[in-house]
Amino acid sequence: MQNPYMPYPVRIDEIITETEDKNLKTFKFVFLDPEDEEKFAYKAGQFAELSVTGKGEIPIGIASSPTEKGFVKFTVNKVGLVSSFLHAMKVGDIMGLRGPLGNSYPWEALEGKNVVIIGGGFAFTTLRSSIVYMLDPANRSRFKDINVIYGARSPGMLLYRDELAAWERRDDIHMHITVDAANDPGWKYNVGFVPTITEQKAPEADADTFAIICGPPIMIKFTQPVLDKMGYAHDHIIMSLENRMKCGIGMCGRCNVGKEFVCKDGPVFTLAQLTNMPKEY
Amino acid sequence: MKVFTIDKKEWALGIEKAKSAYQVLGPVKEKEWHCFKALGKDEQPDMTYTNTRLSPKFLVQPQTEPMFTYTLDESRPDHHILKEVQEDVCPKAVIGIRPCDAAAFLLVKRNFDAPQYQDPYWLKAYNSMTFVGLACNDPCPTCFCTSAGCGPFHEAGLDVLLVDSGDRFLAKSLTDKGIALLAAAGWNSLADDAGKIEAMKQAAESRIASRISTDRLKAKETTHIYDAPFWEDTAFSCINCGTCTYSCPTCWCFDIQDENRGNTGVRLRNWDSCMFPLFTMHGTGHNPRGAKMQRVRQRFMHKLKYYVDKYDNGIQCVGCGRCIRLCPVNIDIRKVCNQMNDYDPAACVCPA
Repeated sequence: MQNPYMPYPVRIDEIITETEDKNLKTFKFVFLDPEDEEKFAYKAGQFAELSVTGKGEIPIGIASSPTEKGFVKFTVNKVGLVSSFLHAMKVGDIMGLRGPLGNSYPWEALEGKNVVIIGGGFAFTTLRSSIVYMLDPANRSRFKDINVIYGARSPGMLLYRDELAAWERRDDIHMHITVDAANDPGWKYNVGFVPTITEQKAPEADADTFAIICGPPIMIKFTQPVLDKMGYAHDHIIMSLENRMKCGIGMCGRCNVGKEFVCKDGPVFTLAQLTNMPKEY
Repeated sequence: MKVFTIDKKEWALGIEKAKSAYQVLGPVKEKEWHCFKALGKDEQPDMTYTNTRLSPKFLVQPQTEPMFTYTLDESRPDHHILKEVQEDVCPKAVIGIRPCDAAAFLLVKRNFDAPQYQDPYWLKAYNSMTFVGLACNDPCPTCFCTSAGCGPFHEAGLDVLLVDSGDRFLAKSLTDKGIALLAAAGWNSLADDAGKIEAMKQAAESRIASRISTDRLKAKETTHIYDAPFWEDTAFSCINCGTCTYSCPTCWCFDIQDENRGNTGVRLRNWDSCMFPLFTMHGTGHNPRGAKMQRVRQRFMHKLKYYVDKYDNGIQCVGCGRCIRLCPVNIDIRKVCNQMNDYDPAACVCPA
């Protein structure tokens, strides 16, 4: 019997400090056994348990794309016991990775459709995975227009700034980067909250257009009425939830929202599904 | 399926014989209460007991259980890499378990033996056991098993059903595991009055006056029951002590923790409880079930609605009555279940 609690051993290959407050770091992991990388075949939108031996595990969305080979990447906010310890770890340290876990964004349903990605703050990780996946030359033709609305408090709080700049220069993706307020006189993108920019920049709703939203509760709370006003159907609004987790495989009992487990039945749900579920997230 | 007769004078000898092939566990009185224990040489199960205070779920899911070991010593080649723990999977015979507690394992099994993932710790422990149940001739006033999908002579989940018939036991073999255990104990005299079990069963069932209604739970909208007005009232007296979840044979929630001593450590799993705020608190401090009422509602919604909807196989309760007997503030699952079953939002006249 395979033990679903056993993590794959990994080595920290690179650590990138992403934001000016230094609270967000991206960790690039390499599997000690290259065969484990094949077993860890994942889709954009899934997560994994980062297992820091001696401290515990944390569920984190996978920030690398399935099209990127040789490593997996996670961006971690420093918040609790495990994430704080992880932030103090060094390149070369050994830890574990358990997954991939959860469902993913509905890639089959999104095929041939327009995709609007709406993200805020540090919830941009699985969205980055999705963008890199869709922009891959082997995949780009499978999707129609791609719009990205991504906001942070300030320019220095945006994740993956080099990639954002590179995507800005492309003509096969429409980037709408925004900040709540810019302290940088050279800031040449949008200023304003995500819901406002969504109203201005998001394409009109139609049967072929899906929105993927991932962000802090306050952003979601104010973005959803905007999408409603624009006519987005609730089964065309795709959201990724977070809850406290331990097992990640639907057994330990804490991350449920009604009868669904965020870890196993989610984390991705449509707004239409969430409407019939208790609001326990 | 055969029914054997075991003279109580031969009982102790059979238990001793079984110990050569099994680790034998049974109810033993400790201070005021009974508990399941591994029986040493010449130790006998107390077959006159009513039921254990805590459920025997810990036999399969211990309150604390090692999952992995590891070393943090960087001079060791395998440092920071988890290693499997050797589990005790020798055959075990659980003698005298009440039918409700054995049936509870089947409800819990749906969680740990799911199509996508199987929990190896739970399954190895469960599969190593042979369950010899003791039918309840004298159910407690708080037992409501007959309306919770179970019963005092319930057989599902058992390998042998024992019926106390005065100076002897009638032993009904239900599975191959059960036949093997009866053979190991040397209990091989067939009963010539097996028919009396049915009469005893009906007599015991008729003594259970306490009932719940569950027939309308499935058809109800989750959000309707979730938003029902009675939850505040139900939760008002609750002190979130967790006694109900710890004593319950069908509560399985657990936590995972790393515990270090020097340079070595163990990844453990421990019982957890939906009654505690930390159970669901995010790293940021946000808590989807931060209020007491939300946690009380979760416990009942899980057992009586979410589980019903998820598995379409009844409620997550066997009617053992422990939570009713042990609750320090007299919260009664029977009352809550009936309220949920009867709830009709259209008929509600309370100020919304």
